[in-house]
Amino acid sequence: MAYTKRSDGRDLEELRPMEAKAGVIPNADGSAYFKIGNTIAYCAVYGPRELFPRFLQNPKTGIIRCHYSMMPFSGSGERIRPGQNRRAQEISKVMNFALNPVIDLTDFPNAVVDIFVDLPQTDAGTRCAAISAAAIALADAGIPMKDLVSSVAIGQVEGTVVADLNYQEEAYPGVVSDIPVAMTHNTKEITLLQMDGEISKQHLLKALEMAKRATEKVYQVQIKALKEKFVRE
Amino acid sequence: MDVNSETIARLASTGQRLDGRNVQEYRQPIVIETNISWTAEGSAKVQIGKTVILAGVKLAIEKPYNDTPDEGGIMVNAELLPLSSPEYEPGPPGIKAVELARVIDRGIREAKAIDMKKLCITPGEKAWFMMIDIITINDDGNLFDAAGLAVLAALKSAHFPVVDPETGAIDYKHKTEETLPIIKEPVPVTIYKIGTSLLIDPTREEEDAYDARLTVASDDKGILSALQKGGDAPLTMEEISAMIDLALEKAKFLRKTLNSLVKS
Repeated sequence: MAYTKRSDGRDLEELRPMEAKAGVIPNADGSAYFKIGNTIAYCAVYGPRELFPRFLQNPKTGIIRCHYSMMPFSGSGERIRPGQNRRAQEISKVMNFALNPVIDLTDFPNAVVDIFVDLPQTDAGTRCAAISAAAIALADAGIPMKDLVSSVAIGQVEGTVVADLNYQEEAYPGVVSDIPVAMTHNTKEITLLQMDGEISKQHLLKALEMAKRATEKVYQVQIKALKEKFVRE
Repeated sequence: MDVNSETIARLASTGQRLDGRNVQEYRQPIVIETNISWTAEGSAKVQIGKTVILAGVKLAIEKPYNDTPDEGGIMVNAELLPLSSPEYEPGPPGIKAVELARVIDRGIREAKAIDMKKLCITPGEKAWFMMIDIITINDDGNLFDAAGLAVLAALKSAHFPVVDPETGAIDYKHKTEETLPIIKEPVPVTIYKIGTSLLIDPTREEEDAYDARLTVASDDKGILSALQKGGDAPLTMEEISAMIDLALEKAKFLRKTLNSLVKS
């Protein structure tokens, strides 16, 4: 059966309600709060600062280091044991890949910019929320960037391409694919692309076209948060 | 002692502090917000000055401990996130987090703040366990008091999840009207000694200047349920007596704030 009506009544391209704020963690050099639907991400950026252990230092440029983590009470089931797990490690790594293309730390050799994302509640789309929050926090910290990265998941449910899957759609009993995408705003280049499920090439290309329009909506929310902070100051 | 700590100590000796507060004054306003995480059975966010802390309660059904077969259980964990301060690094909880979690745990457990017998479902087989996580978002000092309030607010706002009567499986997506059997609300207050002055609610830089501290958890009748002395300097009996008096007085203030912001 074709998936024509979404479980939460949204239009096919409609994202869940978003909310963003810059500068929510005073101790950090830059920070952000990003909410999409029932997924919330806090992000703090520290640095550029000296990188230890020393052998990780790069004398040609500073590096970024992402740390993604779900709070123990943020899962929709039982309590999650705190600490690193393989999923969090992988997400941290793809966050690095997603953000690195726009960041220029050549003026900060041997340094590190640490990006911490912690989520108090989740309902699908956590890595995308983490990346969108991190982009706001990096801009808030004044890290040199040539573009802003925005991220949202596109999905395919029973042959219908939809934007920003919620948990119910992810768990839909049928052919579903979940495609987290991150995109640069000016050049529309893709910096994060993952997929699980099943999808035809034709549907995938359609999904990526939709990602362009969907990430633009995220971008508007990110820019608004940054403007609100810097007008306030 | 660095310059800042010297200044803080000098000011404290005349009853003053860097941010203009009286030594025995909390930063205002204290903000307590509940239900900040829909995935937790109970949750709260507490803000005291620039310190921001979250607490979440997850409920689970487990086998009771052998020595208390007709009681539920409590577990408190604290995560000092690297997100919340440049001083914290990723990794397993350090001693600061462990001490924080254990002091908060004792305050609740030893006061018998929660009726553990009511958490029992089948003696020796099944009982509700409360898993409480304290998470720092921004550490600007006084984590003990902020965490104490956050945990109480999270417990007060908690609702049991729906349990399938046939399989016994927990449906975490749906909550019942039923709340936790809370008997009393022990509030921890930490008194800091700097030089000869007693000070409360320190900022992070004031914490670096302290000589000794005493955390006192007490209930609404003034009965103490947990104590923890910290710091390298000793305390005299007179000082401890004065610190407890001050803690009891400030606990009244914190309890009033908690009750006005979080309804039972």
